[in-house]
This record gives sequence, structure tokens and C-alpha cells, in this order.
Amino acid sequence: MTTAERDAGADAVQLGMPRLPAPDYPADVRERLAADAREIIARYPGSRSALLPMLHLVQSEEGHVTRTGMQFCAEMLDLTAAEVTAVATFYTMYRRKPSGDYQVGVCTNTLCAVMGGDAIFDDLKEHLGVGNQETTEDGKVTLEHIECNAACDYAPVVMVNWEFFDNQTPESARRLVDDLRAGNEVHPTRGAKLCTFKETARILAGFPDERPGAVAESGGAGPASLVGLRLARGEEPAGRAATRRAEPHPENPPPDALADQPPAGHPSSHDAPQETSASDPAHPSTASAEEPTEEEGA
Amino acid sequence: MTVDTPEKLLTPVLSAFWDHSESWTLETYRHHEGYEGLRKALAMPPDDVIAYVKDAGLRGRGGAGFPTGMKWQFIPQGDGKPHYLVVNADESEPGTCKDIPLLFANPHSLIEGIVIACHAFRSNHAFIYLRGETVPVLRRLHEAVREAYAAGFLGEDILGSGLNLDVTVHAGAGAYICGEETALLDSLEGRRGQPRLRPPFPAVEGLYACPTVVNNVESIASVPAIMNRGKEWFRTMGSEKSPGFTLYSLSGHVARPGQYEAPLGITLRQLLDMGGGMRPGHRLKFWTPGGSSTPMLTEEHLDVPLDYEGVGGAGSMLGTKALQCFDETTCVVRAVTRWTEFYEHESCGKCTPCREGTYWLVQLLRDIEAGKGALADLDKLDDIADNINGKSFCALGDGAAAPIFSSLKYFREEYEQHVTGGGCPFDPAKSTAWADTPGSTTHREVTA
Repeated sequence: MTTAERDAGADAVQLGMPRLPAPDYPADVRERLAADAREIIARYPGSRSALLPMLHLVQSEEGHVTRTGMQFCAEMLDLTAAEVTAVATFYTMYRRKPSGDYQVGVCTNTLCAVMGGDAIFDDLKEHLGVGNQETTEDGKVTLEHIECNAACDYAPVVMVNWEFFDNQTPESARRLVDDLRAGNEVHPTRGAKLCTFKETARILAGFPDERPGAVAESGGAGPASLVGLRLARGEEPAGRAATRRAEPHPENPPPDALADQPPAGHPSSHDAPQETSASDPAHPSTASAEEPTEEEGA
Repeated sequence: MTVDTPEKLLTPVLSAFWDHSESWTLETYRHHEGYEGLRKALAMPPDDVIAYVKDAGLRGRGGAGFPTGMKWQFIPQGDGKPHYLVVNADESEPGTCKDIPLLFANPHSLIEGIVIACHAFRSNHAFIYLRGETVPVLRRLHEAVREAYAAGFLGEDILGSGLNLDVTVHAGAGAYICGEETALLDSLEGRRGQPRLRPPFPAVEGLYACPTVVNNVESIASVPAIMNRGKEWFRTMGSEKSPGFTLYSLSGHVARPGQYEAPLGITLRQLLDMGGGMRPGHRLKFWTPGGSSTPMLTEEHLDVPLDYEGVGGAGSMLGTKALQCFDETTCVVRAVTRWTEFYEHESCGKCTPCREGTYWLVQLLRDIEAGKGALADLDKLDDIADNINGKSFCALGDGAAAPIFSSLKYFREEYEQHVTGGGCPFDPAKSTAWADTPGSTTHREVTA
């Protein structure tokens, strides 16, 4: 029985009876997590500051924040379970029930919603057959709508495990979730090759991503970030038609051919290379490496 | 109107080498005079650095525009307590998207600014509170801090100056309210992110009740260039009261959304002109100068100088310079409803006017948008917003009221249309990014 299952059992309504204390982690798991927790605590002058990263840490163990995880945090930090629960339930990134390997968040704050985020979210609900914060039957994808993620110049934006998938359309988002469910390799527009939600949570706990090339992946800045810079140099930046679409990166080979080929005119964030990238010399996904760089800082 | 070229109008400083294929590395940064400002700062007595940044006139880029040097000066010296610098990288204001691309492409400008600031107000520990929802940026901050330690820009006796400094990168966990500086401090102390009553101000009792400076990413990242190129150079840009360069973020129904680094005081018309205007065939309807919490403006404000005084004079605030532009296909009631749902969701619950008021605003707005409202509801909206504005601990409440007040001011007729016409007269499909692309109708069939 996994901790999650035990936890779900303990969460059942028990009228009139106080809830039993959360079960502990198995000894080897606890020992490993305690070593990580001590490393986190050492970063701060006050130990309680370690609580948010430690909640990310226990989430990296079980995929969501369980009562066992909260009890562990409480014991390590000399807090009560109530104090930890109060914090864990305040922040939206801590999941409170078992969820999928890939958290697909569609921005539906005003700007993204207007630019198509609402349409993308509705389409994904229908396509996946799940509602907000629900998980597909295969346990792969948890769908939710999210608030503004600081990428408004790439609207509409979809985040998967908190990596950026810029300039999405209903078609590209649908292919994205299909790839995730099929186990195809998926690369964000900005960010590194997707790892699972648990692995992402460990980075959030403050343990750097050790995968070779992860920091460098997807290059310096995205195309929209460079619009002003290119104009200031007298260059023609990528126009709407190009910036509105997510671009593949030349260093990221596309996954194997998909059964569902994207229709022409709908480049996806992660699959086959598209004409716009190669035909647009101002476009940074290929041009950035060619730019002279020594004199601009002067 | 004079027509200036983008080469003359724009001033890329922070963004000057973002197109380098490895713009985020220490090596690239040093090729672009990185850490030269630090050398100059470390050669100056700390108080002189504070005075220098004050004289330069740098004002906070996080929204409020408070003079950065003055914030540093408030830190009591010789008090025997530790001092802390906390960098607010919890960029979550709707529409705001400047710090995240800045940190993704050029994290060392922040690290260098941190070292200069900590030298100035004598701090040995700085924290970068990054919103957790941006893992690609977290990765590069981890790497930048690692590189800076390895190169001797962080750690013990930095560049032989005697300054010891540790930097801790801290990922948040999803709460807009933690962008408010005192809520951020509570969150960094491992608590629910709820704003504190002031006084005491963070400069006196901040993190762990010790003197603390909380600065926005862009504010701190702007310091190295000021130290390296001089305060006079900085003051050649912008105005007397709002000097310098800054990142403007253009988004929405514009031809070229993106980051435009320009002197303070540029206008939206100038930015749109060089960026190709609104998307073809459409007109600007309303826009925010600095995120959803700054009262919206309209086409009549295209020539307002985008600096602290100019936007203030137009009845709004410069805020984060998040220029969200919406065209005539956009329903203002839908836009305001969605923003209000956001404030309701993100209200921390501490203050009754904000917690309850945002809830009731959402109820009313949803009814109005669905054509189930009454004309009297418009006055009720105004009344509730008035009961939130200025009556909560922090600015989230004021922010929630801003879109209500400003949209009623400019678009009351549109609200009335929703009531009298029995619903929304707009087609949301026409507002999408792909609405005007030929042959791009959404395929509805399920392919699975």
C-alpha cells in the first residue's frame, strides 16, 4: 500500500472519531528526505523559512502534499501539524490529491483568455474528457486553468509542469497533451525537456536540475522578448504571423512522426520544424547564434 | 508629431545582448562589461554608493516608483542586527511579463546588482523570492548563483573587498499576494502570505524582524549599469523626476507583442508606431499602463508620457509598465469580470473589505455578463469597489477596485448594453490570436 492510498483511507469521513495521526514514511524514505530537509534548512537563518521548499520536497516524493508529508515537515521544523497544514493549503502549487505526471495549466486570466486561452481550455476539457483539476484515466495529465504566468507577450500560454508553451492554439495544445499521453518527448518553447511533476517539484525545493544541457535548452530569450532589441538595431523583428506561433528549436529534434499531423498553418510548439523559422532571418530560434555580440554592450 | 526611428527611441541596456545564444552565462555577461559596475562600487565607501544611486534618481520598477537609494538609506546602520536584501521576483500582476524574461536571459545583472546593494547598506545575506511557476527561470538563477560563487562574486571576501555575501534562491508556491512586500516576508518566513500592518516598516523590522530592503528585480538589475556608466548617463534618459531606462511590455492585440526597453516617458503611440500598431484592421479600445491593478485607459491617452508623473496625471499609475492592449473585439465586461475573479481568488482573506467585497463583485459581474443584471447593479459595483478601495492592509484591495472604477468611467454604456440587451453582444472568437488568420478555424472533432 502506498502512502497515498493509506492517506486516502485516513481521509475518509469518520463521524465522531478524531482522525488518526498520519502514517510515517518508510524508514529509508524518511532518512533520505531528512538529509535533503537538513540541507534546505541550512540555507536560512530561521528554520521555518524552509517550510515552503520542504513542502515542494515532500511533493517531489509523492506527487502531492500528503498528511504524511506535512507531518514530516512539522517534525523537522518543530511546528505543529496544524501550522504546516495552514501553510500547505494557502498556496496553489501544493496539490492536495494524487494527480498526473504532467500538470497542464492553461492561462485564463484576462489577456490570455481573450487571446484564446478560454477556447484552448474548453477544447482540452472536451478532448481529454476531464474538468478543471481533474486527471486523465491513464494518470498522465492533470488539466487546470491557471492565473497570469508572466508571459503575456506570448499569449495564449500553456504551462506544463511550469515550463512555457508559448503562443498556443487549440490544435497545438491538443497535440501537446496527446504527445504527453503517448510518452513522446516534449520540449517547451522556453525551458527544458519535460520531466515529471515530481522531478519538477524537486527543482522547486531548491535542488538544481542536474540533467546535462537543461539550463541551456531553448536558448537565450524567446522571440517576443527580442522585438524591441531588434527594432533598436534597425532590424526587422519577427512579425505577428511568426511571433504568434511557437517555434521549434533546431537543437531539439522533433519526436517521431505523429499519427495526427498538424494542419498546415498551425505550427506546434514542439513538433515538426516549420517554414516560419527557416524563412525568417530575423527569427532568433536560428539567428541568435549568428548575431555579433561583442560590441552591443558598449 | 515628430517621427523618430526605433534606433533613436529605444535604449536596450538590460536587454542589450538577450539575443546572444548563451546570454545567461557569466562569460557572456562579462563580455558585455558585466561586474564592472561592481568593481567601481566596491571601490567606494558604502554610504557613497547609496548617495550615488539616490542622485541617479532610480525609482522602484515594481510598481510604486519609490526611490531605490532612499529605501537603502532607511536601513539603520551600526544597529548590530543583520540586514537583509530580499529581491521580489514574484512577478504575478496580470499583464506583467518583464522580470521573468529578464531573469531568463540575463540573470547576472540581478546578481551583480544584489552584490552592489548589499555592499551599500551592509548586508551579508540576500534572498531572491522567485514565483515558483517559472521553472526555466529558476534553473538559470540556480546556475547564475553557482557561477557567481565559483568566480568569487559571491561568498567570502568578494573581490578582496572584505564583503561576505550569501544569496539564497527561494521558490514560492503560487500566491499573487506574495508580490506584496510584507506578505512576501511572511511567506519567506514559512507562513501564509498575508500582509503585515505597517509600521513597523520592513526597513526597521522586516525579515526575522531585522532591517530589510525589498526591491523589485528590475530595480536591482538596473544598478550595475548606473554604477558602470555613471549617474549622468542614466539621467540623459527619461525626465527629471523619472530618469532612466525601463522595460515596457507590450501585449494583447498588437502587431508585435514583446519587450521594448526605452527611456521613461515614451508614449504608447510611439511604442505602437514602431511595433507596427494594433493587429491589422483593428483599433485600440482600452489598455492598462501597468497591469490590471492600474486603472485602464483608452485611445484618448495614447500620448500620455509613460512615466510616474505622466500616467498619474491621466488618472492611472505607471505600475509595472505592462501595456496590455485590447481592440474593439474585446468585451470590457468580460475583461473586468475575469480580472475580478482573479482578485477574489487571490485575496488572502485577512481584510474583510477585500475578502468579502471581491466575492460580491464577482457575483454581480457574472450576472451582468450573462444578461441577468439590473441597471442598479452598476451603482452597486461602484459602491462595493469604493468600500474596498483604501480600506484594506495592502494594495490588492485597491487593485481590485481599479478596473471597476475605470471601466465604469469609460464604458458604462457597454455595461448597460449587457443589462438591457440581455447578455454579451461580443463574439469571443473574434478576439483570439488566430481570429484573423485565414483557414484557421478551430477543429472541433476529437481525434483520440
